[in-house]
Amino acid sequence: MFNPSKIVGLPVSRVDGPLKVSGKAPYAAEHYEPGMLHGVVVLSTIASGKIRSIDTAMAEAFPGVIKIYTHENRPSAAWWDSKWQDSVAPPGSPFRPLEKPHVQFDGQPVAFVVAETFEAARDAASLVTVAYKEDKPETKLADVYAKSYEPKKKRSGIQPPPKPRGSPEEAFSGAAHKVSAEYVMEGEHHNPMEMFATTVLWENDKQLTVHDKTQGSQASRDYICNIFGLDPENVIVKNAYVGGAFGQGLRPKHQLFLAVMASLDLKRSVKVEMSRQEMFGLTWRPSSMQTVSLAADETGMLQSVMHHAVEATSRYEDYQETVVNWSGLAYKCDNAKLTYELAQVDMSTPGDMRAPGAATGVLALESAMDELASEIGMDPLELRVKNFIHFDQNDDKQLTSKALHACYREGSEAFGWDRRSAAPRSMRDGHDLVGWGMATGFWEAGMAQAEAKVRYAIDGKVTVSAAATDIGTGTYTILAQLGAEAFDVPIEAVHVAIADSSLPTTGVEGGSWTAASTGSAVQIAAEAVKATLLDMAQDMDNSPLADARPEEVVIRDGRLVLDVNSQVGIALSDILASKDLSSVEEPGKAGPDMMQMRKFVSYTHSAVFVEVKIDEQLGVLRVTRVVSAIGAGRILNPKTARSQILGGIVMGIGMALHEESMIDHRTGRIMNHNLAEYHVPAHADIADLQVIFVEEHDDKASPIGVKGLGEIGIVGVAAAVANAIYHATGTRFRHFPITIDKILESELTH
Amino acid sequence: MKQFSYIRAENVAGAVAALAADPQARLLAGGTNLVDLMKYDVMSPPTVIDINRLPLKDIETLDDGSLRIGALVSNAALAYDPTVAERFPLLASALLAGASPQLRNAATTGGNLLQRTRCYYFYDPASPCNKREPGSGCGAIGGVNRIHAILGASASCIATHPSDMCVALAALDATVEVEGPDGRRDIPFLAFHRLPGDEPQYDNTLAPNEMVVAIRLRPDHFAANHSYLKIRDRLSYAFALVSVAAAIDMKDGGITDIRVALGGVAHKPWRDPLAEAECAGKPANEATFRELAQRLLAGAQGQGGNDFKIPMAERTIIRALTQAANGTPQVQSEKAIR
Amino acid sequence: MLHADSERSGIPIVITLNGKQERLEVAPWVTLLDLLRGPMELPGTKKGCDHGQCGACTVLIDGQRMNACLKLAVTLDGAEITTIEGLGQPDKLHPLQQAFVDHDAYQCGYCTPGQICSAAGLLNEGHAQSRAEIRELMSGNLCRCGAYTNIADAIEQVMGQSSGERPDRNAPNKAFPGKGFKEAAE
Repeated sequence: MFNPSKIVGLPVSRVDGPLKVSGKAPYAAEHYEPGMLHGVVVLSTIASGKIRSIDTAMAEAFPGVIKIYTHENRPSAAWWDSKWQDSVAPPGSPFRPLEKPHVQFDGQPVAFVVAETFEAARDAASLVTVAYKEDKPETKLADVYAKSYEPKKKRSGIQPPPKPRGSPEEAFSGAAHKVSAEYVMEGEHHNPMEMFATTVLWENDKQLTVHDKTQGSQASRDYICNIFGLDPENVIVKNAYVGGAFGQGLRPKHQLFLAVMASLDLKRSVKVEMSRQEMFGLTWRPSSMQTVSLAADETGMLQSVMHHAVEATSRYEDYQETVVNWSGLAYKCDNAKLTYELAQVDMSTPGDMRAPGAATGVLALESAMDELASEIGMDPLELRVKNFIHFDQNDDKQLTSKALHACYREGSEAFGWDRRSAAPRSMRDGHDLVGWGMATGFWEAGMAQAEAKVRYAIDGKVTVSAAATDIGTGTYTILAQLGAEAFDVPIEAVHVAIADSSLPTTGVEGGSWTAASTGSAVQIAAEAVKATLLDMAQDMDNSPLADARPEEVVIRDGRLVLDVNSQVGIALSDILASKDLSSVEEPGKAGPDMMQMRKFVSYTHSAVFVEVKIDEQLGVLRVTRVVSAIGAGRILNPKTARSQILGGIVMGIGMALHEESMIDHRTGRIMNHNLAEYHVPAHADIADLQVIFVEEHDDKASPIGVKGLGEIGIVGVAAAVANAIYHATGTRFRHFPITIDKILESELTH
Repeated sequence: MKQFSYIRAENVAGAVAALAADPQARLLAGGTNLVDLMKYDVMSPPTVIDINRLPLKDIETLDDGSLRIGALVSNAALAYDPTVAERFPLLASALLAGASPQLRNAATTGGNLLQRTRCYYFYDPASPCNKREPGSGCGAIGGVNRIHAILGASASCIATHPSDMCVALAALDATVEVEGPDGRRDIPFLAFHRLPGDEPQYDNTLAPNEMVVAIRLRPDHFAANHSYLKIRDRLSYAFALVSVAAAIDMKDGGITDIRVALGGVAHKPWRDPLAEAECAGKPANEATFRELAQRLLAGAQGQGGNDFKIPMAERTIIRALTQAANGTPQVQSEKAIR
Repeated sequence: MLHADSERSGIPIVITLNGKQERLEVAPWVTLLDLLRGPMELPGTKKGCDHGQCGACTVLIDGQRMNACLKLAVTLDGAEITTIEGLGQPDKLHPLQQAFVDHDAYQCGYCTPGQICSAAGLLNEGHAQSRAEIRELMSGNLCRCGAYTNIADAIEQVMGQSSGERPDRNAPNKAFPGKGFKEAAE
């Protein structure tokens, strides 16, 4: 159906672009109704303890205030934990806003002020006073490291580490070359530019329309229906535009609960928009401590891989992600031991953040690979090429495709890797030490169950619908491309209806699954429409397509025709008219092929090459060049695809150099809870970035050959930066982020 | 934010009178700091006096050749003013190192002088902070303090002054013109900001009923050999970990006058005029610069998280002075350090 | 001298908003950002931090880019304000808006109106002559999706159009590779 491609695979500009650039794309807080109430949350100022008393009198007397909710007067909601568990919840008891006087993390909602205006709610919130009985919090991972444990209950969808294989300890001790080191990563917060917000439009006690900032409208709908006992038929959640999420929007946030609660209680429409500080009480990328031990023989062949990771989780949920498994499948090695444990801190439950697990685990693995290359005296790229593997040793499965060799080749050529001088501190530019580093990236190419509907109308308009989400990933655009391609219409003729919980069922927009899953469902639905049109055509008198089989016909130029001879066919409008129909619509459903999954697994791959320049005296570091070569199957839209990789690189640079939620461990409070002091890269930090998509044909990863792109862009970037810093300075930095003070302190000794 | 009374002043006398009437009132100009702090409930003035209409927006050259900058001249207008760029490029460069273009368009000269610290604990009303709430203690001592002071701190406060502009003004020995109910007076720049001592609630020596009306810069010097070098956690739009305003007058390779002011390291822009004076006659070379840097930092003390600032400051001073001596000042859009 | 007590009654102001004169009554504690996003129902101006730390709320006030979150509306009596909605419409885009679409200079789109208004201010100011200067002078606008290089491309294209010549473009391959460093002493 996609041969030859007219629009899929082309660098089409985003179909939602004109709305976004003109400020006409409404995000969750940007819906209006006369008389709408505004809610503002009061946050705890301790990390652990109990509310002794809470005084709302002054706030209640404030002009414009309607009601103030605390744990003392919150309307009742579901009792069982299972009702509070969203579609990606880890094992445990989900946080319930304003339910108990207990405080479990810094920035926990302790009161909720609802008022006639935003200003009244904001200003009244500052008048709520809370007295606490404070417990001594534990927020430093190193302090609880000794209490780490293997999570008893596994998080659904997260593969636990594989069983050890071979004799990793023996192989390690007997090997010619070995490295073993500990890598520490501080916790990060996603900080999407849009703060979480919910607008509830109240119609009656049972009917609500909710605009929510979420990566899954149906996940939010199910959450509030479960908690408040609402009928999913009467609740519609919409998320037409999502101002970034990066995983933070996978689980429903407290503003959704509070907005719906107040709306039902007050029988009014309610809007809640978080503050930036409030965003630091939400999910975060957990701090981690990892030990990686690698051993190789004289020739550089890996003999042993051991990777142990401990990640922070909360007291109330065992958040889990895939951290260490990558080390067992990245390179060929017959002896491997991978272990993963959690340790509890007095913070909110961590959550998925762009390439959850892989960003963390591959950082340690790929740093260690660089250390091993140095130890052997081998080029870091050569070491990786030497240990290349074509299948997954963890699961003993074949790979659906792996164009990583091409990534290495094309990436290194574009970068000029062969001009690298091997020794650290051997490349200079004026005051600057120059360092070149590289790393490999891995991410799973998954599919989730997804449904879609496709409608073709007699006027040539195509409608594609699914409850999918576009968090900036380009979902609107690629679905429009698929619709246009299927019916041979211009992209302007395709209406993409997504971001609405009443549309066909789709999972949350995460894990780089959407293009593969919803995209495939759309294609299958489009095929079904074509088949229906063929059925109708064959019912027509003297049908020229009477004997045609579905695979023999295509839609071209408004007609259903024989692929081999476009002259033979019928206008689609005539087909519809023959049945007196104005349109035809069919559903489509896609999901992972379970039979195939017994034999195959699918991953995306990348090779990242980074140049840094570091002022030798001052420690000022610039990432001056990055080349990222990506193997991710079929690229539906190179323009939006490139942007996703660019974004991953930028966030990876932030991860390497800047991002850290700085906790005062005496109080357990995050002190840099704002964008002035939680540093993400700014324009000036980002120089030239080059993205290469290598050719990779994959007919198994998904029905449309797509592997997904949201995560792979970040994986490996921070390691490549760190490896470049080593090459520049000769110092290994194993504590992330590598801020200027760390670099300076090491340079003092040179 | 706490609600407040709003007064829109039409002239300086009116603003001063309104200030005199309510010692807790605050003047509002660009709003880039005060509105920010009011939203965090760090500052909650009962009265806000809007001075944006006051006629303090001129940059004029006075008869004696000095430059008078109205308190309401925006940071951007000042940075890009042709006279400033030509005669006081150190000031222009420092301004362009600070904040963002949007903030520089709004922020004013007078307001920049009165900028409050960026200490996390000052900014967080739930934390102890002697500056925000005298007697409540200092959260930063023993806490997260990588951005804090290494010079002139006290047991009450280790906050730093966050301005870039003020560091250049300190180096240039500017004069602050202030007006109160009793008329105008001049405050030498180095006497304007103060060290925290045991009264960190006072950032400066301005009386509660006075307002800054202008800054004066003495006639031209340091137009040739100067540099503003700012070191921070990312390459733009971040406060200084350490910044240095350096300026040198030289004759035959020997120093006739030298200035070094430090930002990001103390409760005020840090200078040591005595140490500077001792450089007179010495060669403008690294040895001299190092000696001066070490003199400046002789009393430096880290707090744990900010120990790195001591060597960072020393190295930044040497580099900035080298840039100044070579006539190759740091260009703020260039991220390689010259 | 205007004096308003902290009562709920608003203070009258007249502003020109996207070319249209508006007579409004605002409480003194209402920011321009909240005025736009709330009562004016012009949500194109975004709230990303509410503290001048991200640039998402950038608008043009009397032609100059500023953070709307830090401006109390009451101080803007007589001002001319242009928001993203005043720059262009979906069917009639401003050249910067079109360039952002063409260069995919966004992903989620939330920082985008601020980036575009900031870029419009940048062009008005005329201080950016090189790509490095564009980067520096756009640094008040954070983009968490990491569209920075595409944003710089978009702005550079419009700058080239308006000035008739392109600034010194540091195109990826030009900077590549092997230039700019020399081997240390053997």
